[in-house]
Amino acid sequence: MSVEERVIEIVSEQMGVSKDQVSKETSFVNDLGADSLDTVELVMEFEEEFDITIPDDEAEKIQTVGQAIDYIEQHAHAK
Amino acid sequence: MGEPRRVVITGMGVVTSLGETLDRFWEALCAGRSGVGPLTLFDTTEFKVHFGGQVRDWDGAARFGVKEARHLDRFAQFALAASEAAVADSGIDFAQLPPENCGVMIGSGIGGLNEFEAQHSVCMQKGPSRISPFTIPKLMVNAGSGQVSIRWGLRGPISAIATACASASNAMGDSLKLIQCGDADVIITGGSEAAITHMGLGGFAAMRALSTRNDDPQRASRPFDRDRDGFVLAEGAGILIFEAEEVARARGARIYAEVLGYGTAGDGYHITAPDEQGRGAARAMKRCLADARVPADAVDYINAHGTSTPLGDLAETVAMKSVFGPHASRLQISSTKSQLGHLLGASGGVELIASTLAIHRGVLPPTINLDEPGEGCDLDYIPNVAREARVDHVMSNSFGFGGHNASLLVGRYEPSRRA
Repeated sequence: MSVEERVIEIVSEQMGVSKDQVSKETSFVNDLGADSLDTVELVMEFEEEFDITIPDDEAEKIQTVGQAIDYIEQHAHAK
Repeated sequence: MGEPRRVVITGMGVVTSLGETLDRFWEALCAGRSGVGPLTLFDTTEFKVHFGGQVRDWDGAARFGVKEARHLDRFAQFALAASEAAVADSGIDFAQLPPENCGVMIGSGIGGLNEFEAQHSVCMQKGPSRISPFTIPKLMVNAGSGQVSIRWGLRGPISAIATACASASNAMGDSLKLIQCGDADVIITGGSEAAITHMGLGGFAAMRALSTRNDDPQRASRPFDRDRDGFVLAEGAGILIFEAEEVARARGARIYAEVLGYGTAGDGYHITAPDEQGRGAARAMKRCLADARVPADAVDYINAHGTSTPLGDLAETVAMKSVFGPHASRLQISSTKSQLGHLLGASGGVELIASTLAIHRGVLPPTINLDEPGEGCDLDYIPNVAREARVDHVMSNSFGFGGHNASLLVGRYEPSRRA
């Protein structure tokens, strides 16, 4: 599975929405109704899945599925 | 100061091992069916006890949606589901009432123990950075009340009571007082518990508090019986709608019964053992009668705390005799823990529902498994078979570790009373 597919899978599972409702443009807060704790949990799930650490100040910038994919693609290989 | 406002019960909802509708719950109680069975929530092989009053086939995700269910510990799911059932049963439309006059007061002995244990395991195995951000909002003992208040946007008194197995009764007593004095018009109240977990089962078993009748689980909860050997751990929720009479009347609500009085008192004696003379329990019952301004000999039926422990059932019997004197032998008494097991902080909620239905439907549920009364247990505990009877005044007792005693009195609703 690609990073994009894995991210979409996590988002759909965590937020309780079907995968076809999730695209790169999807905003966690505006489109999926995530609150601050949901967002923290999503970031933790990405960290777990991709074995990376996302610092809090970076995590705050990740507001869409696309931004999450970009961050992971840039950092997952670095490990 | 004028007369306190009258408070009535207009809706009820349950989540129990005997069903999740009032009709199924009541029919099973009165038929003397046991909801106790093998525990399947986790592997109990290493535990001394392998059975309990488990809520079967619970699917929080199907009920609340995947995302919402993940934000709710099992105990809060029970609280929310029973509240939804009680609100629907009452026919109340919160959109028509000032939200600041509506409250929630749901007791729980322990709160989100499932979540606590799950996240503790995560912390130990994967490190503290892996702890879920929902850990605290799921485990806190007031999560049930908080979630229920959010469900309907209620903004009156919102609180939670934690007095172990008296939690729901203390919560309902406080609700009665808040409505009587005008601080609220409607309160969603009762209790919820989901403590059938590794630590819950293991902890109570370590105290030697639980029955170990593993070869015959349905016969294990036997309050007042000679061979009782401890309580049966159970889970679920019992939620009632307490409402100011004038508010209920104004919306044409069906009124099940009136909440007449509440008494509470402590043992100040031992953290788990009851005072053998039942003095705290007796004081709670006396204060309840005084609060209701109902004479002792007007009480027809008592839904006893009756957990099936050797000391507790005897102490409650002693206490009832000291409060009711010669009338004690005329009281009809039963413990519905014989069918349900012990729902801990939720027990008072389901038992006040049973007490209310006894008035409303004219049937007294039995104490099952009462084959041979224990020494000193010589009152009428309605052994094994339900009774049809018109009852006008019913008391419900709840006692909790810590030395908490709470009694509530419900009565047949008569519009002319005190008018």
